Amino acid sequence: MTPLVRLAAHSAWNRRASLVLAVGAMALSVMLLLAVERLREEARNGFEQSVSGADLIVGARGSPLQLLLYSVFRLGDASQDMSWASVEKLSGHPAVAWVIPLSLGDSHRGYPVLATTQAYFAHFRTGEQRPLVFRQGRPFRVVFETVLGAEVADALRYRPGDRIALAHGSGESGLAEHTDKPFTVVGILARTGTPVDRTVHISLAAMEAIHLDWQGGAPVPGFAIPAEWVQKFDLRPKTVTAAIVGLKSRAAVFGVQHWVNQNRDEALMAVLPGVALAQLWEMLAQVERVLFVVSALVVAVGLAGLVAVVLASLDQRRRELAILRAVGARPRDILALLMLEGAGLVLAGALSGLALLTALVMLAGPLLEARYGLALAATLPGERELFLLGGAIIAGFAASLIPAWRAYRASLADGLTPKI
Amino acid sequence: MAAPLIFARALRYDWDATPCLDLPAFELAAGEQVFLHGPSGSGKSTLLNLLAGVLVPQGGELRVLDADFRKLRGAVRDRFRADHIGLIFQQFNLIPYLPVRDNVLLPCRFSRRRATRAGRPEEAAAQLLAQLDLDPALWARPAAALSVGQQQRVAAARALIGRPELVIADEPTSALDAARQAAFLDLLRRECAASGAALLFVSHDPRLAAHFDRALAMHALNRIRPDQGRQAA
Ligand SMILES: Nc1ncnc2c1ncn2[C@@H]1O[C@H](COP(=O)(O)OP(=O)(O)O)[C@@H](O)[C@H]1O
Ligand SMILES: [Mg+2]
Repeated sequence: MTPLVRLAAHSAWNRRASLVLAVGAMALSVMLLLAVERLREEARNGFEQSVSGADLIVGARGSPLQLLLYSVFRLGDASQDMSWASVEKLSGHPAVAWVIPLSLGDSHRGYPVLATTQAYFAHFRTGEQRPLVFRQGRPFRVVFETVLGAEVADALRYRPGDRIALAHGSGESGLAEHTDKPFTVVGILARTGTPVDRTVHISLAAMEAIHLDWQGGAPVPGFAIPAEWVQKFDLRPKTVTAAIVGLKSRAAVFGVQHWVNQNRDEALMAVLPGVALAQLWEMLAQVERVLFVVSALVVAVGLAGLVAVVLASLDQRRRELAILRAVGARPRDILALLMLEGAGLVLAGALSGLALLTALVMLAGPLLEARYGLALAATLPGERELFLLGGAIIAGFAASLIPAWRAYRASLADGLTPKI
Repeated sequence: MAAPLIFARALRYDWDATPCLDLPAFELAAGEQVFLHGPSGSGKSTLLNLLAGVLVPQGGELRVLDADFRKLRGAVRDRFRADHIGLIFQQFNLIPYLPVRDNVLLPCRFSRRRATRAGRPEEAAAQLLAQLDLDPALWARPAAALSVGQQQRVAAARALIGRPELVIADEPTSALDAARQAAFLDLLRRECAASGAALLFVSHDPRLAAHFDRALAMHALNRIRPDQGRQAA
């Protein structure tokens, strides 16, 4: 077998220009297939990891999915606010263990600002019921203190003690900044792999304070309240965006949901995160299927290109095969030679595809994480990815049987004297 | 007397329904050098394919080194060819991208017997190439870089490595000019004699018969005439 391997390698090296192109095309197609799968997997994981301790999410009545996306993942549009009174009423419900109010809308250098309470640090859970951990520092205590997610601190190189200005609204630039009321970084959270990492946390009181002298999304001209004076104002929030609710017992979840939905003071709704996520996956399943079919077709095109290149080379190689027959190669050695070549090319294509994906993830991963909060790790391929990779390789082996069989038939017919 | 190297009786081969060969008798003794000539289309290459075990006769008897080619399976005939027969063609003898030395070594890669008989195959290859007057500077070059004459000498070295019992040459000099033809022929005969191989040398050019002790004409061997075959088709 070894001389065959060496011959196959030598022969392939001799045709390297066309083979490299064909293998490259296959590698790109495999990369696409795996990238689609990895994005899908990571998106799902990311979402499921982001809300692990919450029993209900409460907000103004509207689309449950929109509420979940905005309040937990900071995606999409702001839902309507709910009143602080409703938050207090919710906290007073006998089945409720804790309530984390969330107030969103501002940003810092593209990272969302979340105003909340100490309950957030005590009760918010990510991943498998993991509490938030401080990598450095402590929670905020007074008004102009902020706690940063790991990604924010790393990307912007902030450390405890640094002072930062928040911007009104969300976006990257050109926003009105609350420069007169800078915040001091007092804590940095450990990485969670969830939107928490990209969040700038402040207190609800601070959110009120920076908007004291604002009206309708802009500073009121000629009217500025210095930072030292804000304590004299009533900094209790009037509204929040949503509230995450933990119950004393999961058994009460439908009761409390019903109670919220029937609330007469304000049109509210309570959403079970798992149910809303399931709704999301159902919506995305169709898109995922289309993406999968498209990327599988692209792999088929890549394989077809590879087979076409090998087939095209066969006519030139019939003399070569006759020489091998003359020195004692059996027709099935010829078959083996071509299969070996095909298998080598397919493996090279598939593994380069995986390598390309890894390289891409390492290069583009930080950008994806910063922009979309998709934590793509350059990890080993997952089970489904290996399954897809194996599928592509097996399809490739099968496809490379076509030129191998053609060569086998030709060398049987040609014998020592190919008629070309 | 020992059994002949090649022994054929009433050998018949048809291409599809077209008769091509009908040889009442053909023999070649061990170590013998025979010239076989005949016009193009007279069935010379077909006969060589039969003797090399690539084609199987439809009738008659064919033994090479006492092996009954009509009874052996294809893979066994392939193995037999690898072990006992060296082949040289008119053209395209070498794998163009393989270095000269690796081309010569090919039979040793497919046949353990040839490798064993070559002793140290690399050294045997070097010795043959040197005896065939091939400049050592060329040994590591790809075969495609050589002239046709040089390529034919490499092909001869490959046919001879591992001392096969039989060397079959199918018009190996037809692509060479007259002076090189004679020189190549003499080299090939000398090396076959030196390694004890029988040589069956085939050409459409009867003038080359002068170099051999024994010359056979295809029309004397074969009862099928080229035009007759065409008529039957
Ligand atoms: N592969 C083949 N398929 C069909 N007919 C063939 C094939 N090879 C040779 N022939 C026929 O066999 C006859 C002898 O051919 P060949 O043995 O090549 O003669 P030569 O080598 O003496 O020129 C010719 O008529 C040729 O057409
Ligand atoms: Mg011929």
